[in-house]
Amino acid sequence: MNALAEELALPAAGGGARTPTAPLAMDATGEPAWVRRTLIGLALAFLTLFLLVPLVAVFVQAFAKGLDVYWAALTDADALSALKLTFLAAGISVPLNLVFGIAAAWAVAKFEFRGKNVLLTLIDLPFSVSPVIAGLIYLLIFGLQGWCGQWLRDHDVKVVFAVPGIVLATTFVTFPFIARELIPLMQAQGQEQEEAARVLGASGWQILWRVTLPNVKWALLYGVILCNARAMGEFGAVSVVSGHIRGQTDTLPLHIEILYNDYQFAAAFAVASLLAALALVTLVLKYIVERRAHASNAPEPRHEH
Amino acid sequence: MSTRALLLRRHSVLPGFSLSLGFTLLYLCFVVLIPLSAVFLKTLTVSWSSFVDTVTSPRVMASYRLTFGAALLAALVNGVFGLLVAWVLVRYRFAGRRLVDALVDLPFALPTAVAGIALTTLYASNGWIGRWLPVKVSYTPLGVLVALTFIGLPFVVRTVQPVLQDLQRELEEAAATLGATRLQTFAHVILPALAPALLTGFALAFARALGEYGSVIFIAGNMPMVSEITSLLIITKLEQYDYTGATAIAVVMLVAAFALLLLVNLIQAWARRRQGR
Repeated sequence: MNALAEELALPAAGGGARTPTAPLAMDATGEPAWVRRTLIGLALAFLTLFLLVPLVAVFVQAFAKGLDVYWAALTDADALSALKLTFLAAGISVPLNLVFGIAAAWAVAKFEFRGKNVLLTLIDLPFSVSPVIAGLIYLLIFGLQGWCGQWLRDHDVKVVFAVPGIVLATTFVTFPFIARELIPLMQAQGQEQEEAARVLGASGWQILWRVTLPNVKWALLYGVILCNARAMGEFGAVSVVSGHIRGQTDTLPLHIEILYNDYQFAAAFAVASLLAALALVTLVLKYIVERRAHASNAPEPRHEH
Repeated sequence: MSTRALLLRRHSVLPGFSLSLGFTLLYLCFVVLIPLSAVFLKTLTVSWSSFVDTVTSPRVMASYRLTFGAALLAALVNGVFGLLVAWVLVRYRFAGRRLVDALVDLPFALPTAVAGIALTTLYASNGWIGRWLPVKVSYTPLGVLVALTFIGLPFVVRTVQPVLQDLQRELEEAAATLGATRLQTFAHVILPALAPALLTGFALAFARALGEYGSVIFIAGNMPMVSEITSLLIITKLEQYDYTGATAIAVVMLVAAFALLLLVNLIQAWARRRQGR
């Protein structure tokens, strides 16, 4: 409610007070009102058509056959096991990428070293690898024809078409998310506070826990939530390594695909509504993080993945 | 201490450099670099001619045409509308602006499979949107375009927005004082300043669209030679246990993606140089 009130009060109070840009209506760098309205109308129409309608459609279709069908789709044994596997994969890959993200941000933001730009490019690499290829690489290594395939079979360890492969593929795909949230913010914050703590006798871990992490806690939280949303929603990479064994190696997105291809549309959308709700939580959290960043005047983290 | 002395450009009193960088590199190698190298090493095991045969067979060529063509068109659509959305969000104040701003990130957060089934249902000939359209969208190459536009939208908005925010209004005022119309100012002052960000966003959206799988396979119809994207072709080959063929096509797509990544880095270096001047 507070946000909405502020939103509505903004033009009356003079938008220029909050942002460095001057009020828009009067000066030579504004557009006539009809141009402004047309542009706003066009942008909103485009976003409504491409973003809002699909989002609303997920929830409408989910409840199209009534609450009973919705509930039955979510409590189905296969759906529950898919939910469990999805939580497991995210529960392993997100903490791994969290530790990596903090370590990488600490190294990149607090020190000047050779090859830093190369390192930053390599961290971004998984963004430009197609999810299908991310799955393929694990087949090439752990598959039966792969590097370790024979050894794994001899020792009766299953990686691909089993849970470990799903965890590995998920970790790869969500690898950069937390690092990418933390690095720009920590770079902008500099290292004066950490240096002050050091001079006062704090150890490295104390600095990390008491100075650095509290300073970035909102960006960190958003990074974790975004990473988690991606981990739970990953489709392409997991689809390649899962083997699609129903009730065993199906995650929620794969379960959606099976239901949809079985023409069980209401059930598919019911399961999809869970993941859409998770996406909404992610967006709300981002909204809060940016308001906090704005309020504390810290530079906003940039999201360009 | 030796890695510290070897790598550090400037001395620092802060601890944990070797530990944090060492862990970062180790994790990077095990999760990203070694697995990725598998694709290229696997390709080395096949002869050049059979590699070329695989990646230029008619069905694969048709999939490139669709994938690259639709990705390019989607990135263009996103270039135009992304600029419009960024402009409206930065320059104008209207009720619900911040909510709209937050909504722009939806394609980042919404799983691709969910987006895929939602778009397919909407654009089917009896869907909410499809019933009003004169042409068939779902299960045609046009559907691929719709899905790729959806997933690429945030890239242009999020790269243009911060640059537009930092743009000096004085330049526009100067242009106006010198007698330029608003449209001239936009074309000769604002657009050149936004060009690097716009190009970066375009390239990122294009790169993302090239590799997209989840949202497309539901809406595409997946007809060989007509509406089959390259990612799906890789999966099809894997399902036939043709790992070599799948890897060959994957290498082509990886090289294209890395070329785009390089392009993005070059654009950004160019932009930094221009800003520094």
